[in-house]
This record gives sequence, structure tokens and C-alpha cells, in this order.
Amino acid sequence: MTDLKFEDCLARLEQIVAALEAGNLPLEDSLKVFEEGVSLARHCAKYLDEAERRIELLAKDESGATTTKPLTWEEEER
Amino acid sequence: MSERAVWSVSELSRRLAATLEERFPAIWVEGEVSNFKIYGSGHTYFTLKDEGAQLRCVLFRSRAARIRFQPGDGLHVLAFGAVEVYAQRGEYQLVVELLEPRGLGALQLAFEQLKERLGREGLFEQARKRALPRFPRKIGIVTSPSGAALHDMLRVIGRRFGEIHVVVAPAKVQGEGAAAEVAQGIRELNALGGVDVIIVGRGGGSLEDLWAFNDEMLARTIVASKIPVISAVGHEVDYTIADFVADLRAATPSQAAELVVREKQAVADSVGELRRRLVRAISRRLEAQRDRLESVRERRVLTDPRRPLRDLARRLDEATARLRRAMRATMRHVGHRVELATRDLRAQNPVVRTRHDRRRLDDLAGRLDRALVRSLDRRRHRLVGVAGRLDSLSPLAVLGRGYSLTLGASGEIVRSARQVAVGDEVGVMLHEGSLAARVTARKEHDDRPQV
Repeated sequence: MTDLKFEDCLARLEQIVAALEAGNLPLEDSLKVFEEGVSLARHCAKYLDEAERRIELLAKDESGATTTKPLTWEEEER
Repeated sequence: MSERAVWSVSELSRRLAATLEERFPAIWVEGEVSNFKIYGSGHTYFTLKDEGAQLRCVLFRSRAARIRFQPGDGLHVLAFGAVEVYAQRGEYQLVVELLEPRGLGALQLAFEQLKERLGREGLFEQARKRALPRFPRKIGIVTSPSGAALHDMLRVIGRRFGEIHVVVAPAKVQGEGAAAEVAQGIRELNALGGVDVIIVGRGGGSLEDLWAFNDEMLARTIVASKIPVISAVGHEVDYTIADFVADLRAATPSQAAELVVREKQAVADSVGELRRRLVRAISRRLEAQRDRLESVRERRVLTDPRRPLRDLARRLDEATARLRRAMRATMRHVGHRVELATRDLRAQNPVVRTRHDRRRLDDLAGRLDRALVRSLDRRRHRLVGVAGRLDSLSPLAVLGRGYSLTLGASGEIVRSARQVAVGDEVGVMLHEGSLAARVTARKEHDDRPQV
């Protein structure tokens, strides 16, 4: 679950909601996907809460390999 | 006569060459291209002409590479270069350094030509283009680290969804080598991994400033990128080749950032909304199930255990009654048919027929009897009458009066004595009884009077 991308989570969640709202699923399946949906919603919310601001610049190290280093950038307030 | 000054051909050629090349070391010439030909060496030869004259031109390979449009026959151009004498053939030619299309600017023409070519290859087709991720986690930006474009994008991203991960691939975005650096940045972001979308951008500028984004190699790098690419070059009115091949074109870097990064609150809201709909949907579903359960439970089958038995008994009764009715009807029907058949059969039955015949026979016999009796009566009456009359005529009747009949041995009536001999046995029939007698004598004639 955690290795699912946020986008995939949200897409699956939308799919589940649509399926439940259509009401075509057998009850057991409904309950199963509902549980999955709740877990996905929790995961999505957690992702939003835990998202981390990172701004990096691609650079070359001594051996010429590509690395990243933090890019300092001051946001001016308007 | 003065002494004639005589030049050798070579010397004259040298002098002409020196004069011409000195006089026309760097000139612009305008004309129409014809006999355009690129040789295997990479050098290009063509003729510039106008209404009255022709000028042979050569464009060496090293210079040809810098020509940004594709020259060809019939094209009206400005050529810049030096006049040079080709002494071996007694010709002069223009060694071309620069070539520009007349009318359209060279850059514009090159742009149109590349656009048409890539368009024909289908690189601008919408069908080829990838969908953007709706919620990218990691955004790659290829741009100048010091440019206003990066500044604009980071500001938009920070305002909308500060916690997003941005990787900037620094690249020169104008001038010599810019296209190659931008292409390299795209390739590096592809190689880095985890990048969800790439923005390639720079601020607006003149056509010259944006030229790097009209580069064919960069265009093909964008097409080859595994990660969706958004182009954000210049302002609304300026389109570049990169704009046409990118998966999405943003008018400005800021707009690109807005297209990529949704507002965090909106995303959070949509997650919350989905969760509410999820709960509502399952609740409705469960409610519906409960209702169904209730309605089933309320049915009397489940509330009264005897109900099914009663129902069954009633059904059985009904069925029995129906069966009886059906049987009666059937039997009536069958009975009727049996009756009909019996009647038919009876008519055919020999006993019945005999009885019938006997009745007829009896009837006939009766009628016959009666007829017979009547007939006999009639006859008896007649007979009595006849018999009365007959009596008087009967030979036997005379016997009563004392006559007798003599019968011979063979029963014949003896009418003459001559019929018998003495000693013959004869019979004598009397009125009452008869006699057996023997002839003791005979007389052939007696003394009775003859009649």
C-alpha cells in the first residue's frame, strides 16, 4: 500500500467510491472494497500531511556522476 | 610601334584574382538559387541568378552546417561572402559564408521547415502524447538556475503545495549550446528516477532568444523522454518546436507550475470528499441490506411457523378438489363415451343381434301364424264345403252304403273277375275295416243285368 503512488491511491479510491455508489457489488465485496477505500483515504491524507518540501539542483560530482544538492531559494513575500 | 605588353594567362588570372578578391572581399549578393547541389564531400554548389546574369557559388561544408534553413532551387536568397577566382577554369565564384532567405527571415523559414518536417513524422499528434500525472510527487525542471522562470515556478509551487519535491536540472536556455544543455537536462532527469513530470522552460524573448527550443535534436529528446514533458517557453504568442512536441504546452513557466501542482487544500478536500462519499455509499448499501432483511423477516413465513403448513394444507385441499372435479368430469365424459360405445357395441353384439332377430322372427312368426290361421280358417270353411260335396262323390262314401272294394295282391282295385285266379289272396275294403280273403271260385260272368 505504501509503495503505491499518491495518484494511484487516489485513482483507486475514486474507483472504489464509484463502484460502491453504483451499488452493483455483492455485499461481501462492498465491505471488502470499503475497507480498502478507508485505508486508501487514510494513506492519501497521510501523504498530504507528511509531504516534504525539497528543492534540489542536479550537479556532477568529482567522478562526473549526476547527484543532487539542495537548492537554497528564498521566497519573497509579496 | 611601341613594344607590345604580353601577359601570360596565369599572370592575368593572378592579377584579376587579386583585383577582384581585393575589391569584393565581403559582399551581400541577392538572387534566385538554381542548380543547387550538395556533393558527397558535403560542399554545396549552386548558381545565383537574376534576369540578366548568373553567379556561381560554393558553400563549403563547415559553413553549410550553420545555415539554419534548407536552401533549394527557386529560393530567393541573400548570400554573403567573398568573390574568388578559380584560375584553372577561368571562372570566378562567390564563396558563401552566410545564406539568408529573402523575404522571410532565415530563422522563421528554418522554423517553418522543421515544423513541417516533424509534423509530417507525426510528432505533434495528440494521440502520441502522454497524460500528465495529476499528483506528481517529484517535479523536474530544466531551466536556467538563475532565470526568472525558475523563480516564478518555485513561487507558484510553494504557494500551492509547498511540500513537493523539485529537482532542477540547470541548463543554458539561450545562445550557443543551449539546446544541447536543455536536452541533456531532460535525459538526466529521466535517468535520475522517480521524477513524475518535467517542465522545460524559460521566459519570453525574441525569436533569436527562443531559438534553442526550435532545435530538432531537442525536439527529438522531448519526444523520446519517458517522463511527460511540459514546455513553458516564452509568452502566449510565441510557439516553439518544443511547444509542439511537448506533451503539454504552457504559455508561461508560472502556468506550467499551476498545471502540474494542484493546490494542496483542493487535493486534501478531494480526498476528504472521496472519504465522505465512501462512507455514505457503504452506509446506504448497508441500510438497503437491512431494509431487505427487515422486509424478509416481516413476512409471515418467518413469523408463523405453522403458516407454511397451513398454506400447504390449503394447497393440498385445493389440489384435491380440483383433482376430484377433474376426475368427475373425466368420468362423466368417459361414461358418456362408454355408453355410446356400449350402445354401438350392443348393436353389434351377436347375442343382442340374435335377440333382436328372434324378436323380429317372433314377430314375423306371429304374423305368419295369424296369417296362417286366417288362411287355414278360410280354407277350412272352403274345405268343409268342399268336403261335404266331396263326401257324396267319395268312392269310400259308397262303402257306407254296403259297397266294398276288392283289392288285388298288389293293391290294385279288382274290377273284373278275370283279374284274379282261384286261390289268390285278395283284400276287401269295407265301410268299416277290411278283410283278407281267398278266391275260392270265380265266375267271369254272372247273371246280373248289364247296364
